[in-house]
Amino acid sequence: MAIKTEPITINLGPQHPSTHGVFRMRVTFDGEVVVDLEPVFGYLHRGTEKLAEERSYVQVVTLTDRLDYESSMTNNLAYVRAVEKLAGITPPERGLYLRVTASELQRIASHLITIGFMLQELGVFATVLMYCFRERERVLDMFEMLCGARITLSYMRPGGVTQDAPREFWPALDDFLKQMPGYIDELEELISHNEVVLARMRNVGILPDHLAVDSSITGPVLRASGVQWDLRKAAPHEVYDRMEFDVPIGAKGDTFDRYLVRIQEMRQSLRILEQCRDQIPEGPIKTEEPYFIRPPAGEAYAFVESPKGELGFYLISDGGISPYRCKIRSPSFINLTALKEMTVGSKMADLIVIFGSLAVNMGEVDR
Amino acid sequence: MTRELAGEELAARINEAVPGGALRWSGGGVWVESDKLPAVAAFLKNTPGLDFACLRSVSAVDYVEYFEIVYHLLSMRRNQSAVVKVRSYSRSEPSAPSMVDIWKGAELQEREVWDLMGVHFEGHPNMKRVLLWEGFEGHPLRKDFVR
Amino acid sequence: MCSEPTGGILDFCSVYRLSAGLLPSGAEWAAFALAAVFLAFIVINGVVAVTAGYTWFERRVIGRFQARIGPNRWGPFGLLQPLADVVKLMTKEDLVPEEADRPVFNLAPVVLLVPALAVVAFIPLGENSFLGRVNVGVLFILGITGLNTFGIFMGGWASRNKYALLGAMRGVAMLISYEVPMALALAGVVLTAGSMALSGIAEAQAVPFALVQPLGFLVFMIAASAEMSRAPFDMIEAESELGSGYHTEYSGMKFAVFQLAEFMAPVVNSVIATVLFLGGAEDVGPIPGQVAFVAKVFLLVFFLLWVRTTWPRLRVDQIMAFAWKGLLALALVNTFAVATEMWLLLGADAQLETRDLWIMTAANWVVAIAAVVVVANLMGQRKIRPEAPVPSPLAKMAAEAD
Repeated sequence: MAIKTEPITINLGPQHPSTHGVFRMRVTFDGEVVVDLEPVFGYLHRGTEKLAEERSYVQVVTLTDRLDYESSMTNNLAYVRAVEKLAGITPPERGLYLRVTASELQRIASHLITIGFMLQELGVFATVLMYCFRERERVLDMFEMLCGARITLSYMRPGGVTQDAPREFWPALDDFLKQMPGYIDELEELISHNEVVLARMRNVGILPDHLAVDSSITGPVLRASGVQWDLRKAAPHEVYDRMEFDVPIGAKGDTFDRYLVRIQEMRQSLRILEQCRDQIPEGPIKTEEPYFIRPPAGEAYAFVESPKGELGFYLISDGGISPYRCKIRSPSFINLTALKEMTVGSKMADLIVIFGSLAVNMGEVDR
Repeated sequence: MTRELAGEELAARINEAVPGGALRWSGGGVWVESDKLPAVAAFLKNTPGLDFACLRSVSAVDYVEYFEIVYHLLSMRRNQSAVVKVRSYSRSEPSAPSMVDIWKGAELQEREVWDLMGVHFEGHPNMKRVLLWEGFEGHPLRKDFVR
Repeated sequence: MCSEPTGGILDFCSVYRLSAGLLPSGAEWAAFALAAVFLAFIVINGVVAVTAGYTWFERRVIGRFQARIGPNRWGPFGLLQPLADVVKLMTKEDLVPEEADRPVFNLAPVVLLVPALAVVAFIPLGENSFLGRVNVGVLFILGITGLNTFGIFMGGWASRNKYALLGAMRGVAMLISYEVPMALALAGVVLTAGSMALSGIAEAQAVPFALVQPLGFLVFMIAASAEMSRAPFDMIEAESELGSGYHTEYSGMKFAVFQLAEFMAPVVNSVIATVLFLGGAEDVGPIPGQVAFVAKVFLLVFFLLWVRTTWPRLRVDQIMAFAWKGLLALALVNTFAVATEMWLLLGADAQLETRDLWIMTAANWVVAIAAVVVVANLMGQRKIRPEAPVPSPLAKMAAEAD
């Protein structure tokens, strides 16, 4: 007897435990298998680009905090770099080093969240997540020393950073650098050789390298597909050209590679942090800029390697006190381009894990 | 360091391959004839030595008299970048050819431009709003948008 | 019935005799009913109380595993937290989806709860307590726990919710699959003990069956954690995928009943495993049987929590493959090994000596390790060595221009 079946369409989200906020996927399932998927977003749209047009160049820094709220530092960095390029400002050395230090700390914090939630989505009942948050807390403590805030940092300004690192920051960084490798080992012990993790993550959601490049995917997701492309090396901004570090890549571009690349990147970030600590010169941290910066009319596109990928700001000035146009090239948004290709044909449980491994942040997707 | 291709050099190469493709250039950007954009794009993507395989970013700017659509291109193989621009002079129905067939990465970005700026991309398979909801009136990033 | 005297405290017969003594003669049926109600009262309330305590224990232990504290606000060490939970759940609005199949929707929590309670009545907590001497105890447990499936499917189907339906579908497939290795694992126990009554099995364990049949114990524990859909087999609920699976639409008291059944499951399963594999309520040296019993249950529950906090969830197809390709094979090996040993060792009097049990222990450990190694190598992932990453030709960061 032939059994009559029909596909069902499920709205995964916007209220769903593993859609990282308010993402929605309209998924058609044939039993457990995904046959069609359409991403729907915009539930967190705040019109950042429009808001930026009515604020002064310095005020926009606070808006960028709220884009990818897991990595405010790199958002700040990308934006102030665009303003500096537009207005022709060169920040002092110490400011640049502090920026790199803060960005790399932020990268570690962001990757920890990603790994924690990825495992949460595999169903580890929050254990790994809690361990990751424990370490992230130390990074946030250090941010608190730097600028008094923990999440929405607004630490950077066109021309440098707001404050110099206080005296207690450097011993805290030393401690962190000493202990973090052990914690990463601990995480790896818990995850990397776990039989169930391997069964769930290997060969799931494979993203071939040509599709990744064609879909403009950047960041750890691109590198997991074997494409060795890191803007910190390819187009070194700040003082990255003085740092020694490797760019880890994955073998096949499956979910496990995306996890592994992030683990390795955290180790590389620690290397960079060590070099920053050793090399940082004395001196001013910020150039004197007027409160209302008036860059000459023109345009500038500046980018950084944020934890999610290439975060770019395309600023256009008409000579006034606020940007004429502020376009945000958000990696999370663009990384979703290939979601359908990656998920069709896999099971429902895989869909969740693949989405988690992309590490999109809805604040950045919807802007 | 990523090499930013000079507008002049790029315009010359474009005009060589697609006659009349490049209209004008300034420091880093080349303005391209809207109708010839697909041909220019295919040339930029597939020519060895250029290899712009990655469409970094699609932006639209409202200059009131015209809309400008800006394509930031990246060649990871050559580590070089380029900027290509297209203008659309219609205020009521601005449009540009869609790049989805050439760069898949344009899919969501063009939808976003349509959503927020109202530039219609001809040939896009799914030209729907992406951040705002269907039924929203107007395109908020336009300079004449009133809340 | 109950003509010969028995020694247990909570034995049905003792209670029956007591109530028959209180009532005038000729009212045996009333005495029977009274005894039944009395026992049911003790069992149900006892189990619910234990479960409430267990929820506190689980949350505290998991908190410790996750480097946090767990509930510690109400009462000493947060011991009154379960009470607060119950009050909260009872005062919540009881919502029924408009399109739900009402009767089925309302019945589902009960259908899920009753089997878990019914099983407890058969546990020999001490000599002859409850209905422990019923001579088909093992069969009864297998049969009545199978009713779980109905509860879950009824809940999922009647909710008219797609998540719930998916959860229920998964549940039916998984629960039925895992009953097979579970029953086979119990076959080894029944063979060795020569009895199907739970008290008989407990008495037969001069050497705990967990030692005599390590493979059977392993299969039983794995299958049991699948039966109660705990990690790594918690795909019926699969919080990160389905919201909360088959009970997505439930709220208020019905949700509380579901939660009760769910939290009861590990306790009940640990109790059953203690009786079947760890010697039940037999005295251990100077330690009284009941204390030893509770300690063993405690250990097993802790072990289950440990697994739950450490392991991710398997995927649907992987869970089914594991049941049919891995667990069933292991269970068959165990049954075959035990049967062969029994055939060789059983003397003329058809009785196993303690010495024979030790011989079986030695043989079975060898078989168990060999079988597990073979299955692990056939199904495992760790033996697959990852290939070294090769940089794709699509990007060259160093190349400036050529």
